Amino acid sequence: MNAAHAEIASVHEQPASIRPYIAVWITLLVLTGVTVTGARLNLGTVTIIVVLTIAAIKSVLVLLYFMHLRHEKRLLLKLLIPGTLVLLAIFIGLTYADVITRQ
Amino acid sequence: MWLFIATEVLLFGGLFLLYSMYRLKNPVEFHKASRELSLFAGTLNTLVLITSSLSVALGIFFFKANKIKQARIFLLATIGFAFVFLIVKAFEWTAKFHHGLYPNSAFLDKQPKGEILYFGLYFMMTGLHAVHVIVGIGALSVVYFWIKGNKLTPERPVWFENAGLYWHLVDIIWIFLFPLFYLIS
Repeated sequence: MNAAHAEIASVHEQPASIRPYIAVWITLLVLTGVTVTGARLNLGTVTIIVVLTIAAIKSVLVLLYFMHLRHEKRLLLKLLIPGTLVLLAIFIGLTYADVITRQ
Repeated sequence: MWLFIATEVLLFGGLFLLYSMYRLKNPVEFHKASRELSLFAGTLNTLVLITSSLSVALGIFFFKANKIKQARIFLLATIGFAFVFLIVKAFEWTAKFHHGLYPNSAFLDKQPKGEILYFGLYFMMTGLHAVHVIVGIGALSVVYFWIKGNKLTPERPVWFENAGLYWHLVDIIWIFLFPLFYLIS
């Protein structure tokens, strides 16, 4: 660890107060309430879509605000996680295409 | 650290893929087996992990603002929440074992194939997640003692940030495990 690393560390920015963190936390709690209530309504096949959409929203909030991706200036880091998710989506999509078309 | 997180996403991604394929083949059994899980325990643990994620974020925030005392309090709170999560999980697993719901048990082997698969995946995925929680407790504890011993200072907070990123990852994985196992009945 040398001076260059110390400079990289200082690139990480953060908000001026803890208010955004609290706001995100409350949103996450509310979304958890919504997803649990929604799942108990017996919406049938829509349930899985609803709960996974809410899970995706919650993850994006954690990534952007708690993990500071919103303030990240380095393009490679900004694109790394979306890139990984695209890769995963390709894997899942191709596997589905295979399984569904197989009799 | 972000590269490591990307590899972790792919590690759990593979398991999620396995889950979705087996679910596609055994939708009814997955719904039925999901009813065996305690929605209360799952929801409680979700709230605990979300709050622990907040507390580690606040810890890093105060640390970078040179407020070491607050940073240490929030760091300890995060470790405390992590232990609460594990204790709830331990109660859940114990209850499952009492009902004969564990891989290769005499009772579970007589159930339909889909339910065997569901519980196999449940123990595999929540187990791997629990291992991550334990590793997280280790990482956060190391950070705590480094701060205490003045080895980690606000001028170079990167190891605290990395431990925090890892902890948020543990939270995000649970955000997906929770609906897939608890909310599909």
